[in-house]
Amino acid sequence: MSVLIYTEISKGKVKKSSLEAVNYGSRMAAQLNTTATAVVVGDADVSDLGKAGAKKVLRLKNDKLVNLDGQYLTSAIEQAAKAEGASIIIFSHDFTGKEVAPRLAAKLKAGIVAGAVGNPVISGNSFTVKKNVFSGKAIATYSIHSDKKIISLLPNSFPVELGDGTAEVVDFAVNLDGVNSSIKIKEVKKDTSELNLTDAELVVSAGRGMKGPENWGMIEELAKELGAATACSRPVADMDWRPHHEHVGQTGIAIRPNLYIAIGISGAIQHLAGVNGSKTIVVINSDKEAPFFKSADYGIVGDAFEIVPKLIEAVKKFKANQ
Amino acid sequence: MKILVCISNVPDTTTKISFTNDNTTFNSAGVQFVINPFDEWYALVRALELKEAQGGNVTILHVGDASSEATIRKGLAIGADDAVRIDGEPNDAFAVAEQIAAYAKDKGFDLILAGKETINYNGSMVGAMVAELMGLPFVSLATKLDIANGVATVEHDIDGGTEVLECALPLVLSANKGMAEARIPNMRGIMAARTKPLIQLAATGADKLTSITSYELAKGRTECKYVDASSPEKLIELLHTEAKAI
Repeated sequence: MSVLIYTEISKGKVKKSSLEAVNYGSRMAAQLNTTATAVVVGDADVSDLGKAGAKKVLRLKNDKLVNLDGQYLTSAIEQAAKAEGASIIIFSHDFTGKEVAPRLAAKLKAGIVAGAVGNPVISGNSFTVKKNVFSGKAIATYSIHSDKKIISLLPNSFPVELGDGTAEVVDFAVNLDGVNSSIKIKEVKKDTSELNLTDAELVVSAGRGMKGPENWGMIEELAKELGAATACSRPVADMDWRPHHEHVGQTGIAIRPNLYIAIGISGAIQHLAGVNGSKTIVVINSDKEAPFFKSADYGIVGDAFEIVPKLIEAVKKFKANQ
Repeated sequence: MKILVCISNVPDTTTKISFTNDNTTFNSAGVQFVINPFDEWYALVRALELKEAQGGNVTILHVGDASSEATIRKGLAIGADDAVRIDGEPNDAFAVAEQIAAYAKDKGFDLILAGKETINYNGSMVGAMVAELMGLPFVSLATKLDIANGVATVEHDIDGGTEVLECALPLVLSANKGMAEARIPNMRGIMAARTKPLIQLAATGADKLTSITSYELAKGRTECKYVDASSPEKLIELLHTEAKAI
């Protein structure tokens, strides 16, 4: 048996959330005296998977897999798990993970914990793992009863650790003759920015306090100086000041970067639900009563239009002195 | 067109969360329960819009005990034609999906909709599981849905962007923000909901593969440390030396 980890390539590299999942799976494999095997679709360089702890990489081979269709992927991963004798399968709780992990769980009748935030506690027949519940307000310990287990790991729960390991990379031919997905992709609209918001360690986010889309220049400049991704609150996305995929919060995407800087965002409970997993939260708001300050580690009460340019200068100076 | 909308009964977003029985049970005392917002605002309302434009029937399905009936009636008040409650405990995603699939398998639904996740357990699992159990395609996190000539055109979120898909019905999908706007039930809807059919079915033997053994509250943050607006450079220093975030 081994621990199987589904991994993905983005922009020619293994995704950071996939490396987190491989770290996680290889720690679990060590605990169970076995090894970690990663599966991947595509021909990109996957040496990082070995550095993250995988002993083996299976490149899933079948033309039908090119669009990462859920039905095809489910069958492909099932075949890889069977060939590897894997009873534990790890995903990242990202877009593909949300589509495929539960599908595979239903197919294998495997107990699943989706969005795990901690390493599992394994003792005899007991297997428990923690995940956030109530939109980040609480943490629940889940016990998985079935022999087959699937865990999808919430991105940014653990830092990525790369060592000097190497993985044996082999092609794995997948048979999808009996599977026919009726889904046809018509169009893909991708954000072209370098940084993926879910993966980002640092995020600069702004809200209605910025008064209009024409004022986002300073937000983008601060983000650029910090090497951060940009995000926004719901009203800003609703008014089309910023693209929808930047919207973080309960109805947008949930993120948990190392540093979240919120500028001109009051901190409604729905917004907090999407960012309260961030390690450090900075709030800049002209209203000292803004509820966000109650959930912040650092706060500045004042006018963003005066503070942000000063911050940009301070970051430049900080970088020059490093 | 026959549409099934799966709804969960969840504590209102603003609920203060607490636990009882030595932190093994969610304390529902005094908690206002609502239809899971993703199920209601997006899945149910879009289903109703499609029905109003093209004809058909919208059924809401809930797995849960009798205490959820007020929530189900609200779904009927918003405009669903009828409702089914499967009398089971909704505490494992697979067990819930098995109940839904067992009910839906011979009913000929063209569309099965669920919200992208519940706001209490945030699993994002049941829709995909139902699809697998029924051998149907599944689209997650859909933000737009249109139907023409038995084919669905769906826009959904993917990593750093969106994707437009076409898929012949039947189809299962999870609904995200963007699909529709919330509707408030009017008095006529509320009156009509009282007499709309709400069928109760016994749960079939479902397999519970996971359970929650305990809860803990997320750690609150320590007091916010304020930096004077006149010296924002101090913040950068603190983020480096103290928070070690940069």
